[in-house]
Amino acid sequence: MFDNFPLWPVPASSGAGNVDALFIFLVLLAGFMSLAIFTMIVMFALKYRYRPGHKAEQIEGSVPLEVTWSAVPLAIFMVIFVWGAILYFRERTPPREADAVYVVAKQWMWKLEHEQGQKEINELHVPVGRDIKLVMTSQDVIHSFYVPAFRIKQDVLPGRYTTVWFHPTRPGVYHLFCAEYCGTAHSGMIGQVVVLEPAQYQAWLAGGITSGSLAASGQSLFQQLGCPTCHRSDVQGRGPNLVGVFGKPVELEDGRTVTADENYIRESILSPNAKIVSGFKPIMPTFQGLVSEDQLTALVAYIKSLSQPSSGAAGPATPAPRI
Amino acid sequence: MATATIPVEREHYLNTDYGIRSWLLATDHKRIALLYLVTITLFFFLGGFFALLIRLELLTPAGDLVLADTYNKLFTMHGQVMIFFFLIPSIPAVLGNFLVPMMVGARDLAFPRINLLSWYLLVAAGMLMLHCIFTGGVDSGWTFYTPFSTAFSNTKVIEAGLAIFIAGFSSILTGLNFVVTIHRMRAPGLTWSRLPLFIWAHYATSIIQLLGTPVLAITLLLVVFERAFHLGIFDPTRGGDPLLFQHLFWFYSHPAVYIMILPAMGVVAEIIPCFSRKRIFGYSAVAMSSIAIAVFGFLVWAHHMFVAGISLYSAMIFSILSYLVAVPSAIKVFNWTATMYKGSIHFDTPMLYAMGFIGLFTVGGLTGLFLAALGIDVHVTDTYFVIAHFHYIMVGGAVMGYLGGLHFWWPKISGRLYPEWLGKFAALTVFLGFNLTFFPQFILGYLGMPRRYWQYPPEFQVLNVLSTAGSTILAVGYVLPMIYFLWSMRYGKIADANPWGAAGLEWKTSSPPPTENFEEIPEVTWEAYNYDEIPSPEEVPVGR
Amino acid sequence: MADSPLAVAHPEGLHHQFVDVEQQRNAASLGMWVFLGTEVMFFGGMFCAYLIYRYWYYPEFAAGSRSLDIWLGTTNTAVLICSSLTVALGVRAAQMGKRRLLVLLLLLTLVFGLAFLGIKAVEWHDKFVEHHVPGASFSAEDLIQAYPQIHIDPARTQIYFSLYFAMTGLHALHMIIGVGIFCYLTYYSWKGRYTPQYHTPVEIGGLYWHFVDIIWIYLFPLLYLIDRKPLK
Repeated sequence: MFDNFPLWPVPASSGAGNVDALFIFLVLLAGFMSLAIFTMIVMFALKYRYRPGHKAEQIEGSVPLEVTWSAVPLAIFMVIFVWGAILYFRERTPPREADAVYVVAKQWMWKLEHEQGQKEINELHVPVGRDIKLVMTSQDVIHSFYVPAFRIKQDVLPGRYTTVWFHPTRPGVYHLFCAEYCGTAHSGMIGQVVVLEPAQYQAWLAGGITSGSLAASGQSLFQQLGCPTCHRSDVQGRGPNLVGVFGKPVELEDGRTVTADENYIRESILSPNAKIVSGFKPIMPTFQGLVSEDQLTALVAYIKSLSQPSSGAAGPATPAPRI
Repeated sequence: MATATIPVEREHYLNTDYGIRSWLLATDHKRIALLYLVTITLFFFLGGFFALLIRLELLTPAGDLVLADTYNKLFTMHGQVMIFFFLIPSIPAVLGNFLVPMMVGARDLAFPRINLLSWYLLVAAGMLMLHCIFTGGVDSGWTFYTPFSTAFSNTKVIEAGLAIFIAGFSSILTGLNFVVTIHRMRAPGLTWSRLPLFIWAHYATSIIQLLGTPVLAITLLLVVFERAFHLGIFDPTRGGDPLLFQHLFWFYSHPAVYIMILPAMGVVAEIIPCFSRKRIFGYSAVAMSSIAIAVFGFLVWAHHMFVAGISLYSAMIFSILSYLVAVPSAIKVFNWTATMYKGSIHFDTPMLYAMGFIGLFTVGGLTGLFLAALGIDVHVTDTYFVIAHFHYIMVGGAVMGYLGGLHFWWPKISGRLYPEWLGKFAALTVFLGFNLTFFPQFILGYLGMPRRYWQYPPEFQVLNVLSTAGSTILAVGYVLPMIYFLWSMRYGKIADANPWGAAGLEWKTSSPPPTENFEEIPEVTWEAYNYDEIPSPEEVPVGR
Repeated sequence: MADSPLAVAHPEGLHHQFVDVEQQRNAASLGMWVFLGTEVMFFGGMFCAYLIYRYWYYPEFAAGSRSLDIWLGTTNTAVLICSSLTVALGVRAAQMGKRRLLVLLLLLTLVFGLAFLGIKAVEWHDKFVEHHVPGASFSAEDLIQAYPQIHIDPARTQIYFSLYFAMTGLHALHMIIGVGIFCYLTYYSWKGRYTPQYHTPVEIGGLYWHFVDIIWIYLFPLLYLIDRKPLK
């Protein structure tokens, strides 16, 4: 698929064409402007070159000209700004129903886990025509998830989740690069994104060996860690009931409201008392150092699954109250 | 102007005193400028050597010339040496030091000993940097991003950080000297509206140096503290925020680009009127755009962080502000071009560099529009597109300006003329080599080749080979001037006080100037760039 | 250049690059003001970090702040204000040409400055003993036990102390430089170099000293007085 001397990256996502369109517009604009300036320089240089007896004509300047060549570029710049901002807005707001893939970056590999439980290293299989949202964090330094064919890039930071999404439109194998310098094998932290036809993707899913879905492993971890003792699903326990919480606004003890997104769930596990839900006491211990990034992802995926329509089956099994 | 001063036995700043002491303890701004010239030339060739190694490594897709760790150190040290030890001191500390007092009609800078101190600080910083390089080097990237630099790199981050911290103070003190000199020491009659644009550019540069550099200093100091004393301000495992580091770092490091390019714009604004024999078109627009760049330059730093995890709306604000800073740059380009209109243009070497500057800066500036466009930046940031863009600004812009200025004022500095045909040849070589080196990198970047890659997928090879080929041509173009400048110091033709027939106070004194610059402090009664009153050198009887 | 016309009528203390004493004084004082502008930006970077983290981690910052000795801090503030007074009086003495008074006031300033550094050293030592110095031996156990009613994250407490040491440490470094400058000024005052006509070094040295004091005037409430209300 890769020629030896490509001049244009393959567009393979729904957003790629839009980025290319703005890019082409800018190339034409920049080409026109530089050509205009080069032509003027060369023309003036030839036409007004020094000849004996020929004197330069002194010109002070011209306010109308100055105003024109400030205002016209500014107007063009504003068009580019709005165009670029619209693209960025789309790139940064994932659709609600996107399939989530959890990404943990570390020196120097990508660990990816699908909601269905398939784990991959330096390779991501996705079906064509679906919205895919990546929820990413890093175990050590800052990395950056970059797929040129999708025209997307997002830094992956330690200690928080960042997200990026794409909608693959063309089956194929595409480069995955780490774009933020991360140490010795930065240039080796590469992989590939394999975009498959839906049928092939189903076959791939079936062929993989999994230990159950990500949410399911999150669920068993949830049990192991003793979370259901307080976070009961039937009634409000000592901790908030987590069913249906994800993605909704939560009122906090200090009166603020936050959205229960991945970062909030993460913070609530690692620094439980930073943002206490209204009506609850700061009694939850921290799980900082007790759960790995991978386990954290599983827990987040599980809590997320409690808010999906089909969550009935995976609902938390509250242990029978001890007598 | 017509009567060339008789060069024999005249006392000037170079022959008043001899011996190493008279140089190392010099307080004369012209001698300090030469000390800087020697120092930064050494660093330029060191940084250039690193660049050549980088390009050679990238000749093939596999990492086969140096080890990955070595490669990471090479690009880190290439950046640090070139930015902090060459580009930032280049025009201000060499040409600015030499010319600012003369252009404002003063006998020296306001604080000559502080000026010497700032050279010593740069040397001390340079020594520390060399020590860091020769005892293992540093691989944090010139950007020192945390937590890699604070917790993961096991190279000499502390030494490099301290070296740049000290170099920063050198830069601050230079800026301080310029601001005070420009404010307080102008010759009688030299009002702000009569100042050369070179002075305006240096004034704007100095403001950035004074207000930006201390923020970098404290940021790097906190990184050093974090490594050395385990303070945890940027450490994510302690709730510290690596993005705060990036904000503080870019608060300086974006304006730092203007520290490099504004003085070059000042040089070009001197050269173009001189070789077009014309007043600059739109003097006040060009002067004010320098100040506007300095002010707006402080408000756009987060455009380096569009994919770093900042919020959607702050990204939009920084994007729109970035477009605002592009306007004054555009104004400058249009005014320079308009200055050539209906002129009487001479194609001497400095003019070739200035015309090259306009061309390359235009390309660099226009590709900046791509990067400020949020949707495009997501794709091309941290790729070779960015590398190409900032090299067009910093090498195509700042270095072309520096070389042009060096050629323009070389007769003043040394009292000798360099061989003109060699100068033209070198200028052409630099221009061609530069474009061959960096233009393919735009394409590489849009194709998606990330920066700081030691090995890369094979389909990027052809463009990389072109780039490496260009870099060798560029290297020749840079070595040539060094050779013929040295040659001209001994064998060059003697220059008279004003070989180009240029306006400006620095041309009203002899070449090389006396220690006190002027026999008598001049009184200025004319506007800047009064080329209608100055005959071009061809039109006067040859007296040399 | 002995034969240059500039050499004639050269007032004492006038450097060759200036036209007259007036220009020289203006340049020196503008230079110091500009330098103080850069210093504002230098500390500004840290103040910026402080504000952000204080907003995020308020309980930890409040607890860390309570652990500082408010009496030593207040004393130090008073000491610095006194030293600023002696500096101001010293500049006045220099303007009036009172050499002995000038030397006495500069010496007093030095005493206050050193007293400040001494008290600061005691405070740092206390922090060291309490394991509040960031690093491997850092512990916030005592704070967690002292304030059971608020939740304290030890890692975030460390950020407070990191900033505390960075800010007070760099302030102290400026004080040490100030002490050096004032030793120089005292020596040359004693030698009688400064006259009512020429005392610019005393003035700009004084400017620097006032500036370092003002930094402390900001540091004191930011670090010591975050939340001193009795806890419920």
